[in-house]
Amino acid sequence: MSVESLIGRSLPRLEVREKLTGRAQYTADLYRPGMLHGALVGSPHAHARIVSYDVRAARAAPGVRCVLTGDDFGDHRMGAFIKDEHAIAKGKVRYVGEPVVAIAAETEEQARAAALLVEVRYEELPAILTPEDALAPGAALVHEDLASYFKVFEAVCGGNVCSRTELAEGDLAQGWRESDLVVESEYRTPAQAHVSLEPCGALAEVDPAGRVTLWSANQSVFRIQASVCESLGLPMSRLRCLTPRVGAGFGNKMEAHIQPIVVQLALATGRPVKLILSREEDFEIVRTRHPFQIRVKTGVRNDGTFVAREVEVVADGGAYADDSPGVLGYSLLMARGPYRIPHTRCRGTLVYTNKLRAGAFRGFGNPQVSFATETQIDEIAARLGIDPVEIRRKNALGTDDRWFCGQRLGSIGLAECIAVAERESGWADRAKLASAPGKRRGLGFACTAHISGLLGTGAIVRLLEDGSVVLNTGAVDIGQGSDTVLTQICADALKIPLDRVSIASPDTDGSPYNWGTTASRVTYTTGRAVFAAAREVERQIKTHAAELLECAESDLELRPGGVVGIKGVPGKELPFVAISARAHWRKGGPIIGTNSWVFDQPTFDPKRAVAIGLPFPQIGVYSFGALCVEVEVDEITGKVDARRAWTVADVGRAINRASVEGQLEGAFAQGLGFALVEEVVWDGPRLANPTLMDYKVPTTLEVPYELHAHIVESPDPDGPFGAKGVGEIGINVVAAAVANAVAAATGVRLRQLPMTPERVLRGVLASQPGG
Amino acid sequence: MSVRQTLVLRVNDAEREVRPALHDTLLTVLRDELQLTGAKRGCNHGVCGACTVLVDGRPVRACLTLAHTCRGAAITTIEGVTGIADRLRSAFEDANAVQCGFCTSAMVLVAAALVAERPGASIEEIRTGLSGNLCRCTGYRKIVDAVCAVAQGTGR
Repeated sequence: MSVESLIGRSLPRLEVREKLTGRAQYTADLYRPGMLHGALVGSPHAHARIVSYDVRAARAAPGVRCVLTGDDFGDHRMGAFIKDEHAIAKGKVRYVGEPVVAIAAETEEQARAAALLVEVRYEELPAILTPEDALAPGAALVHEDLASYFKVFEAVCGGNVCSRTELAEGDLAQGWRESDLVVESEYRTPAQAHVSLEPCGALAEVDPAGRVTLWSANQSVFRIQASVCESLGLPMSRLRCLTPRVGAGFGNKMEAHIQPIVVQLALATGRPVKLILSREEDFEIVRTRHPFQIRVKTGVRNDGTFVAREVEVVADGGAYADDSPGVLGYSLLMARGPYRIPHTRCRGTLVYTNKLRAGAFRGFGNPQVSFATETQIDEIAARLGIDPVEIRRKNALGTDDRWFCGQRLGSIGLAECIAVAERESGWADRAKLASAPGKRRGLGFACTAHISGLLGTGAIVRLLEDGSVVLNTGAVDIGQGSDTVLTQICADALKIPLDRVSIASPDTDGSPYNWGTTASRVTYTTGRAVFAAAREVERQIKTHAAELLECAESDLELRPGGVVGIKGVPGKELPFVAISARAHWRKGGPIIGTNSWVFDQPTFDPKRAVAIGLPFPQIGVYSFGALCVEVEVDEITGKVDARRAWTVADVGRAINRASVEGQLEGAFAQGLGFALVEEVVWDGPRLANPTLMDYKVPTTLEVPYELHAHIVESPDPDGPFGAKGVGEIGINVVAAAVANAVAAATGVRLRQLPMTPERVLRGVLASQPGG
Repeated sequence: MSVRQTLVLRVNDAEREVRPALHDTLLTVLRDELQLTGAKRGCNHGVCGACTVLVDGRPVRACLTLAHTCRGAAITTIEGVTGIADRLRSAFEDANAVQCGFCTSAMVLVAAALVAERPGASIEEIRTGLSGNLCRCTGYRKIVDAVCAVAQGTGR
């Protein structure tokens, strides 16, 4: 019996039918007996002391069962890098909309009506709304007690500086001396909203023993468990976190949102409490992509060889640190790009402001710095008269090179990515692109890399009595398809059909630890653990089989369909069911394979580089990518249309080809929004556009139908079947490639996102004679 | 506070008696009273399209539709839709057009109405027809391909 390998096939999602029939259950779709509904009261001020609460009217309102203020929460703080955030505002508010009071009532309508009756007295403080405000001498402090907060890394902080990071290799002064041309520019990128179609929400229920079960929209049941318990002062053993289907995350659901508040409401009432954020609340109180100000200076030789680069970043982190120190450090680590630049120094300052926190968002700082660096490369190429693709190819990292700061690289498919994007886009013939009257067309190119990895992960593979398997990893499938990919890996490793493996839903009580669905990591890190755990099951199966078949374990092989047999002897074999029955009832015990590991290769080599304030000592393996975009610019309106795109990524090995394409296509669309239209706008301290009527994301009409995803496979030596991550890489250089295409079409170089019609038109008019 | 009135709705070919307030939307009634949760609340402003259901065969934003205005109409939700929708389901599966799934119910319903109205619809017509439904995961390419396969009869 021969069976086609499950690896590399475009298998449909395991759960696709439940999603196509409306039976998939997300947090909002869960109902519990006796369930109450939550509502929040948000701060009207960006920065103020809370003087007093008057919640009498709200408590007396119809249906209200509980009203909680900051006084009802202990003085416990959470935070992935810096413990600076209470579950609910306590003593002070730090951004408009910050939850101040929480209510639980019999119906959602009653809870929201009662929220309007809450009176809070504030004493306003000066609002810090920009990095310039934050860094001004004598500025009001967003966190007076920053020095005393617990930090998980050696943070360089003080005043309104949340974290400073500096990374350097080589000798910058020497680099400038050796350069024939030095180009320096400043860039700005805006806050972007994740806009997962499913708004954040949570449902908590307390059992008679006082233990809490929490269902929520999240990217890691384990991060949620840790954050809720940290911020409420609960032992982790008292909280069980589960995940129904998740309507996407993009980073928004990695750290806690309202889960701590909902758990506290459930503990206070003894009844289940559900709270689903409205779209406006989801915009106003969760998190955004960081606005960056970036200065990039690059020195090159006349032949196009990159020599030196200096990068300075100022990132606006908003009111709480959240994942910001990580985003800043990661952006700096990516600021050299996938190139050799011997003399590089990148410095960044992350500031606290009185705005919604910024945090993890697909790309994790890479799209911001790449917009700057990858557009500057085109400017340099133009100044030197070198083809933009050639200059990238000339400086691209090769197998003997290291990443910025010294990490070794396992596999590099960059050259092939560049070649595929160049060929498929017809780059060489781009001068022949025809434009309609009043329109101008151009192609833009950019390259990127991204890690997959970080932190701990585990897998448990259990052989059931009938020879089928349960796989349990604790990794949350947020819609990207990891349940299917991990099941493919497990089934293929054991040579059993896909439907003989069931994958357990993440559960902090029963699943092995998984840091989360983030950092493009699940296929690579969890996939490795699954493969190793399946190998352990194979080893135990062979131990039994060797005894039963009276042979050496090394003479045995797994055969397709759940059979173990002696190599070269067709008849000598046993089905898994026979092995599993023996293990369960007679000898050895049930067969359970486990594996856990953590990525432990250092990011930073002290012999090559200097690193100050680096928040992650180990980070992961590198995927590579190239992107070519064709745009058409309307000369009258300045509107930019992306007409075609070729997005290419080296993913090591595609476990599920259609899912890899789906990640690249979806990331392109989200990057196109970042490039052209998306911006969270503050009007003073308040969000001006917290609705989908005012904050636009790309529709079928903006994303080109000719969106071509291409896969390059340069196998990672340690990845499962050679696989590396793909979740984020496709977004990194969309804005850069679009900007390069706009420049190719119009001669206008834009250094600020989004590239709105106004900005493009202003550039076009300014570049015309007399303009 | 809120006046509730009995209302008989015809949902997925069955008569269902509910008692919504006068201001309750069709989405609230479907989800909270009838436990038909396939229609999603993505924005509650009629922008994202995730709440779309068919009323007398036409796509309607359930979050903007008052339940009491649906008296006598035939309401079809993702839980009950068949016919073209079944072919679309297979096509979505084959094209890998589903990721997180939050927009999927509505996409299938809108596509079913589109294909019923315009058999043989072109790619451009399909893109236009789906432009009122947001998807943040897929980049739309695979969704358009799935609908195209049914509209042009190239799917299974």
